[in-house]
This record gives sequence, structure tokens and C-alpha cells, in this order.
Amino acid sequence: MAELKFRNDLLPGKAAAQPSACGCAGPSVAEEKPRWAAGTVSAGSCTVYRVSTDLTTADTWEHVRCRTSAFRESYAVKPGLYAVGNPDKDSDVFVSANYKLSFDHLRAALKGLDGWVLVLDTKGINVWCAAGKGTFGTDELVKRISLVRLNEVVGHRNIIVPQLGAVGVSGYAVRSASGFRVLYGPVYAKDIPSYVAAGRRATPGMREVRFPLPERLILTPMEINPAMKKYYPWFALLILLFFGLQPSGIIFKDAASGGLPFLGLGLVAVLAGAFITPLLLPFVPARSFAVKGWLVGLLSIVLSLKVFRPADPPDVLLLAAAFLFFPMASSYIALQFTGSTTFTGMSGVKKELKISLPLYIASVAVSIILLVLYKAGHWGAP
Amino acid sequence: MKYLSNVTTISLTEEKCTGCGICLEVCPHHVFVIENRKASLVDKDRCMECGACMMNCPSQALFVDKGVGCAAALINSIITGGDPTCGCSGDNGKGSCC
Ligand code: SF4
Ligand code: SF4
Repeated sequence: MAELKFRNDLLPGKAAAQPSACGCAGPSVAEEKPRWAAGTVSAGSCTVYRVSTDLTTADTWEHVRCRTSAFRESYAVKPGLYAVGNPDKDSDVFVSANYKLSFDHLRAALKGLDGWVLVLDTKGINVWCAAGKGTFGTDELVKRISLVRLNEVVGHRNIIVPQLGAVGVSGYAVRSASGFRVLYGPVYAKDIPSYVAAGRRATPGMREVRFPLPERLILTPMEINPAMKKYYPWFALLILLFFGLQPSGIIFKDAASGGLPFLGLGLVAVLAGAFITPLLLPFVPARSFAVKGWLVGLLSIVLSLKVFRPADPPDVLLLAAAFLFFPMASSYIALQFTGSTTFTGMSGVKKELKISLPLYIASVAVSIILLVLYKAGHWGAP
Repeated sequence: MKYLSNVTTISLTEEKCTGCGICLEVCPHHVFVIENRKASLVDKDRCMECGACMMNCPSQALFVDKGVGCAAALINSIITGGDPTCGCSGDNGKGSCC
């Protein structure tokens, strides 16, 4: 449907609507027509692209890749001014980051409205991130307002900035530098229609950042990926070497029989810390992420010992090492999730690190000692 | 969901506050209320130290040691000795925080 619409728009206006010949060429008009553009609109002395408010399958695919891969840069929108519907001098101006996912959420939310979208250059990073870094900030906003000559496009002097942008934008500073008054819109783009309908008023609910299950779930690939790529291969290599190492050289059979249960438990620890803990976050007791991760890790290891039995008959040293190391690993990985949450502050995470980092290092050291003792015992009594 | 208690660095200088209410608007965790025409911190422990309130208070009545509550960033800064910044754009891009 959306695809069709944009093709129709492309044909008639192709020559007349090439939006580049005006004096404000540059950031507000892209040289190349974006896939999601649906015609053009004149904005003051310029012509800008109208964006489609329907997301296509291609957009959805991009979202999946945005969420799972790390190549965020390729999902950037060209900064500048865009139109939604048929806006005029009185229409609202919405500010967005140029991360494709943020931009898509906004344009989908604006369906049926007429307005302007001012896309800031946040280097392809979402509002929350970019505001923290300052790229979604006062300076960029003021600069972009003047680059697109927003004062010629609209008669009023209000701009609607997503609330999370307030971390980087100073409303009073923007006003004194540009004359535009910053109105903080809702946290979530989907609330924009009700916000606009209520006369640009946000209810307390619209002002609150939540962290519901779907959102936590969608962030877990970002936790599992690095853990599996960065730590697990080394862990696996060391474990196989350790169990395979015999007085007569490296024995593959021993590496497999002794090492596999440990590799299994390692996977369990990664899942406990990077998947189960984030998912069950509000239900796991304790507020500290390190403690949450440790508890979930411990429980997961206890439950999976039936499947992955380190040594048969059970060996006290191996079991002790497993119980020391794996819940700690889960705890460490869970602590990383503080980077994805919407409610953990720096002072809290610092406090957690201060207590837990020494414990992590100590438990790794003791686990290694236990394994060495086990090995020594076995080599001593063949 | 609440994080650790008694760790946040948010503070309010009541004499400077004009009661404009902007902090209520920008805070994503309902840390403020207006009482007797002044802002007041009702639930400090919910503060995530994002700094939005300090950034937007026209009377400089608020202070918070703003920063990323992100373990990876803080560990990196311990190792490299630099400022804690999250790698949003780099190879460990995160979805919602930093
Ligand atoms: S923004 Fe500043 S002046 Fe306004 S109510 Fe909050 S603390 Fe007071
Ligand atoms: S720093 Fe952020 S979370 Fe804390 S009170 Fe200010 S706006 Fe609210």
C-alpha cells in the first residue's frame, strides 16, 4: 500500500518537485529521494519531502537488524526538515533523532496528522543515547532550526521535543538562542496523537519511562551476543584444554567427556545472566543487578546439574568450582544489563561495581585453584 | 522497578526554586512534586541521574552528578582511565540506555 503510494507520487511531480533548487539547499533537502518519501511539500522558500506514515516490510526488516546487529550507522536518516500530511504555517513541529528506528516510530505515530518533522544530526543514534552524549542537544537543535529556516516555515514559535531529549536539550537556552520555545512531548511517540489532541498536554503516565517485558525481551540479543562472542569462546577453549591435558598430551576424549558438562553449564550461566534475569527483572528479589544475576545463576545451575554433570561420580572440587564460578559469571553478565535499563543511575552502578568486581576476580581465582587441585589429585592417582 | 536506595546525587536548593514545574515535566521517573509553590523531591530513590531536570531548570536550583548507569561503560572507564561513555555507535551498541 505504502509502496504503491510512493510510486504514484514519484511520476507526476518528478521534474517540478525535485526539491533542491531553492536557496536552502543543503541539509533540509536530500539529493536522493528516500525510499519512505511520499512526494514533496513546500516549506517557506524551500521544498521538503513528505514522509509516508505507513511502515513497509523493508522498514520492519531494518528494525530487526537495528535491534540485533551493531551496525547502527547504516540506519541513519538525513538530518533536516520533513513534512507529514499537508502541514502549513500553523502546524506543529516535532523534533526527532536521525536514528532510523526513532524516526520510523515518530512518522508512524503521526499518521493522520499534519506537521513538520525536524530531524537532528545525532549520528544515527536514538534520542536517549544521543541526549546523554549531547549530540541530541541544545547546540544541534539551535543550529538545525536556523539551517532549515524554521522561522520562515511556521508562524508560531513552538517546537515539540521528545521528553527524553531533555537530558541533552536545555529548554530555556534554546529559547534564548533561537526564539523557539521547547515543549516537551511524551516519552513514547505513540502517545503523540493524544498529546496533541489534549492541547499539547502530557498526562503523568505519558511522562514516565517504563520498562515492560517486551522491551526487556527485545534488548536481550544485545546482551547474549557480546557474552557469546567475547567471553564464551575463550572459556570453551580453556575448559577443553584443561580437561584434555593429560600427562601423555592432549587427549580429545578426555577433553570432551570432562569438558562438555562445563561447556553446558557455561551456556546456562550466559542464558541466566543475559536472558532470564532481564526477562524476570521485576520478579527476582533484591535491587542489585549483581545479586539478581547471582540468584538466577545459582538456581539455573542447580537445576541444570542433572543434565550437565561435571564428573561421574560427583567430584567435590569440580562441584565447588562450578558453584563458585557460574553464578558469578551470571551475575557479571546481568550487571551489564544496567546499560540497557531505564532506571539505573551511575552512582548505583558504581556502588555495585565497587563491591562486586573484587568478588568476581576472587571467585575466578579460587575456581582456577580448585580445578588445579582436582587435576593434581587425578594425575597423582591414575 | 526501583534501583538501589540512598545512592543518587540529586539535590534541590529550595531558595532558588521558583516553582515553575519544568522539572516535573522532564523527569521520567516522577521524582518531583510541587508543594507550596516549590518543587520537592518526593521519591529520590527513583532518580536515575539522567540530568534532564538540572539541564532544564531555569533557576539553577537542581544539581545531580549526571552520568551513565551502565556497568560496561564504567568498567571501561576504570580500565582506560577515561570518562564513562557508552558505546552506542560502536560495536556494542545498546538499545535504550546510553
Ligand atoms: S525546574 Fe527548577 S525552578 Fe522550576 S520547579 Fe523545578 S526546581 Fe523549581
Ligand atoms: S536526574 Fe533525571 S531521574 Fe533524576 S530527578 Fe532529574 S530528571 Fe529525574
